[in-house]
Amino acid sequence: MTSQEFKDIFYNGVWKQNTGVVQLLGLCPILAVSSSVVNAVSLGLATALVMTLSGAAIAPIRQVVPNEARIPVFILIIAVLVTIVQFVMHAYTHELYVVLGIFIPLIVTNCIVLARIEAFASKNPALESALDGLAMGLGLTAVLAVLGGIREIFGHGTLLTGIDMVFGEAAKSWVVTVVPNYHGFLLAILPPGAFITLGMLIAGKNWLNLRAEQKLKGSSATITPVQGGCSPAAHG
Amino acid sequence: MRRTMAKASFHTALNLLFFALIGTSLLAFTYNLTHDQIARSEEAEKLKLISQIVPHELFDNDIIKDTLDIAPDALLGSNSSTTAYRARLQGQPSALVLEAVAPDGYSGKIALLVAIRDNGEIAGVRVVAHRETPGLGDYIEIAKSNWIKGFDGISQARYTERDWKVKKDGGQFDYMAGATITPRAVVKAVHKTLQYFAQHRETLFARIEAPQVSATTASAKEHKK
Repeated sequence: MTSQEFKDIFYNGVWKQNTGVVQLLGLCPILAVSSSVVNAVSLGLATALVMTLSGAAIAPIRQVVPNEARIPVFILIIAVLVTIVQFVMHAYTHELYVVLGIFIPLIVTNCIVLARIEAFASKNPALESALDGLAMGLGLTAVLAVLGGIREIFGHGTLLTGIDMVFGEAAKSWVVTVVPNYHGFLLAILPPGAFITLGMLIAGKNWLNLRAEQKLKGSSATITPVQGGCSPAAHG
Repeated sequence: MRRTMAKASFHTALNLLFFALIGTSLLAFTYNLTHDQIARSEEAEKLKLISQIVPHELFDNDIIKDTLDIAPDALLGSNSSTTAYRARLQGQPSALVLEAVAPDGYSGKIALLVAIRDNGEIAGVRVVAHRETPGLGDYIEIAKSNWIKGFDGISQARYTERDWKVKKDGGQFDYMAGATITPRAVVKAVHKTLQYFAQHRETLFARIEAPQVSATTASAKEHKK
């Protein structure tokens, strides 16, 4: 694999085809757990791990599995990997496991995982597939982190609450109080806050794309609307 | 033609079976590897919660293992059997931790853990699970406010029937404006738990006072698991 391919995979996963703000796949966990940075990043990383492992596991067997049986086999492998991640989290980060609850097993049904397997891992070698899964997962984690951060600051006036669930009691002092004596803003914590914030993030990314495009074309270029993420083409 | 199709199906089935076997053995392996650690974390978590409401000087036994199955009861709000944890000091029963459910929270059930001393006084109450509105009804959580500590030291002897209400309804318990349904549900559930304790006190403590028998059955059950 050349370094250009490597760069392409990462650019594609983290920015161009970002699952959170471009492909808009797997919104269920995005909206549900992004009420704080720690929850959001934890689920994002768990998803990234599952995507990396499933890419690496499925790419080598892509020629062995008969075409008709590929979806059940892929789902089976993803489910096994998710359950392993779940066992490990349950054993070593118990509190976090309780907070994330049903959303860990639901990674299996997160369409982004199977989508990348179908679109990428079933056509490419193992290393590239693993990298693609990692890049896509990190892209999702980044969006979740920003979303969780914004919602936590507006909702609670803090950052990193619950970090002790991951790193133990000592980490309690890492919690940052952004706005002291904040009384909380309910809307940001409830699901509508997630929709509104995500909408703003999508708008922000489109604006950045638009600006980059205009710079390329020079000032004479006319503004072309950026294609929305819901088109089938973008789903790859 | 038919034979090739049958052959293809057979091949597909074998393929699926092969991956199912690999998947299952991988899972069995991880399960074995993490199982003990998971059990330990769960016990530690429970003990952490229980030791918040049962003061350390009240017990010297292995409270997590010293359990009693309790049949579903309307007073506890439970539909299935629950577990009571028994605190003992030098073999003598000192307190009982009961699981109770407040069925009428603002957004459904609120699961509680209620610790009662042998003299009928509440040692402490904690909310284990709830779906009350964040930022509004969640002050029943110890992480959000000390409201739940208002139950400490209260007994049936101290409060009469009409005291078991929030202040808005003429009772003794604080509440926060805008969220009265939540504390009402919790107060009611704790009151009922005390009633359950009063009604079944004899049997609960009678069974406690035969530690030899119940301890062996409890540990036998533990082994079966």
